[in-house]
Amino acid sequence: MGSVATDYTNQIEYSDEIAEFSPEVVEEMKSHLTKYPEGRQRSALIPLLFVIQRERGWIDNPGVNFLARFLDLEVSDVWETATFYTMFNMRPIGKHHIQICKTLSCNIMGEPEITDHICSKLGIEPGGTTEDGKFTVTMVECLGSCGTAPMLQVGFDFHENLDREKVDELLDSLD
Amino acid sequence: MEIKAIGCEPLQLKMMHVENGHTLEVYKEHGGYKSLEKAMNMSADEIIDEVKDSALRGRGGAGFPTGMKWSFVPRDSPKPKYIVCNADESEPGTFKDRYLLERDPHALIEGMLIGAFALGVETCYIYYRGEYNYLIEIMDKAIEEAKAANLVGKNILGSDFTCNFYTHTGAGAYICGEETALLSSLEGFRGHPRMKPPFPAVEGVYACPTVVNNVETLTAVPQVIEMGGIAWRDLGTERSGGTKLWSVSGHVKKPGVYELPMGYKDMEKFILEDCGGMLRDDKKLKAVIPGGSSVYIMRADQIEGQDVSMCYEGLVEAGSMVGSGGFMVMDETVDVVESTKNLTEFYRHESCGWCTPCREGTDWLVKIFDRVSAGGGRPEDAQLLLDISDNIEGKSFCPLGDAAAWPIQSAVKRFPEDFKKHLLGNEN
Ligand SMILES: Cc1cc2nc3c(=O)[nH]c(=O)nc-3n(C[C@H](O)[C@H](O)[C@H](O)COP(=O)(O)O)c2cc1C
Ligand code: SF4
Ligand code: FES
Repeated sequence: MGSVATDYTNQIEYSDEIAEFSPEVVEEMKSHLTKYPEGRQRSALIPLLFVIQRERGWIDNPGVNFLARFLDLEVSDVWETATFYTMFNMRPIGKHHIQICKTLSCNIMGEPEITDHICSKLGIEPGGTTEDGKFTVTMVECLGSCGTAPMLQVGFDFHENLDREKVDELLDSLD
Repeated sequence: MEIKAIGCEPLQLKMMHVENGHTLEVYKEHGGYKSLEKAMNMSADEIIDEVKDSALRGRGGAGFPTGMKWSFVPRDSPKPKYIVCNADESEPGTFKDRYLLERDPHALIEGMLIGAFALGVETCYIYYRGEYNYLIEIMDKAIEEAKAANLVGKNILGSDFTCNFYTHTGAGAYICGEETALLSSLEGFRGHPRMKPPFPAVEGVYACPTVVNNVETLTAVPQVIEMGGIAWRDLGTERSGGTKLWSVSGHVKKPGVYELPMGYKDMEKFILEDCGGMLRDDKKLKAVIPGGSSVYIMRADQIEGQDVSMCYEGLVEAGSMVGSGGFMVMDETVDVVESTKNLTEFYRHESCGWCTPCREGTDWLVKIFDRVSAGGGRPEDAQLLLDISDNIEGKSFCPLGDAAAWPIQSAVKRFPEDFKKHLLGNEN
């Protein structure tokens, strides 16, 4: 969502700090580079942004500075790509990222009720994060799970054929 | 959820219910990689001709003939060539590729290898939508297995054919399913579409000749080679060869992934019998979007008693399109104003922002829908929605603009009573 990403980037405090990563993580990053031809290391940008997000929780300025240096790009090149894609969080989010599909098949199969249930249980609106920093709820577009609607994704895990009971169990199981 | 073939032997779905069907060993037990061996004893022209004969058309949505696309790749290019599998699957209502990637990864590798052998390709990428990240491990393992068995990598099966495979992910952007945007994204840029021509077959990733094909298109290739193009085509119709996967969702008892021979008759029977009938017995069928969110919505009376043939030409005749085969069924509880609003919000969200008609137009459309939905619609709003859609269609840089316009154009024209209900009484 372009407009929202812009809102967040406006809030970013820019710094020259460069993030540091363990040798294992740096090795993992290097392994991505081997997939692409010489001189085309920018291709690894999206996979590497996922690594940054996993390690740092979101796409922060020091992480971006690191990637720019690692891939020999301008810092603005990294921001340019990162801000286009909805899966990159341009601000810190909760520990568990609950992404509820709001598109048509889910919508007509009971998504509104699921959304209301989750949000009232957590006491937040879609887009919000609980005060304890445990949950963020985001509404997202079709996740390729329409035959098992309604559904949501927590991190990368799919949860399908949802009803209130399943949602309750799921929320209880996340610590 | 059902996963099954109706009216034909399971071909695409052959491995779906086979235990460990995703492993090389079991895949081979079921005849896997025989087609590759067969193809490697054929010439490039022979392979491409079989694919042309098969009348296999792209399963990603556009339905472009696959053999023809392959024949556009220059033979004598000094540049390296690529095959990129489009596993971005983001068209609302579509979820078939996901099961192929999860349960039959070797069929995809085999299909890509056959294409690579014919076209002189040494590098294959599989571009997953970011949300399918959890599936990547399965493919990476399959690639490793294939490598260990000398099916991928250097000197495949002792020949001088060399081909490497890599997985890659996007990060949440429907537009990256559009083939040129996908290539921008694969190069690490924002997912903006590129001008065509040059077509990817001539200038694709890294400005090199590139074939972009959908998952289901590529997994059909081993069957085409095994059976022969004509025999495979004859499973379907003359212009729509073979079988096709339909992702069925919405108000039916048995949603799922169904494999049907092309030209399957008829759509009404498919809904009312094969898919178990309407979810709630007392609710009537109201509308179907048969090919993913981008195609024309159909009224029940365009389906009931109409013998609609489920193939490219049959659906055009019936007033819609096959698209990606994302088959969404809606009963009479659905308000078409609301369902169309939902899809328009999707297109506004996914517009990449590159060109004005699509970026601004989808935003205006949503604003009008918001007004109508909230009860403040003006009598002229239905016409206004049409006018804006007409100014997006054909005037946008890439087909996403058309895809945003078509659902609205068809909804306003085919469900005037739903719009009237919202707009009546608002004359003042
Ligand atoms: C907005 C848009 C989204 C698309 N999304 C997908 C997709 O998710 N998967 C896909 O295979 N094709 C998608 N396509 C179609 C591709 O551009 C392209 O036609 C296709 O990948 C070619 O492969 P095929 O000939 O095997 O279908 C999309 C097209 C457009 C315009
Ligand atoms: S039509 Fe929409 S998605 Fe396509 S280039 Fe224009 S703004 Fe981007
Ligand atoms: S509409 Fe929700 S997963 Fe497709």
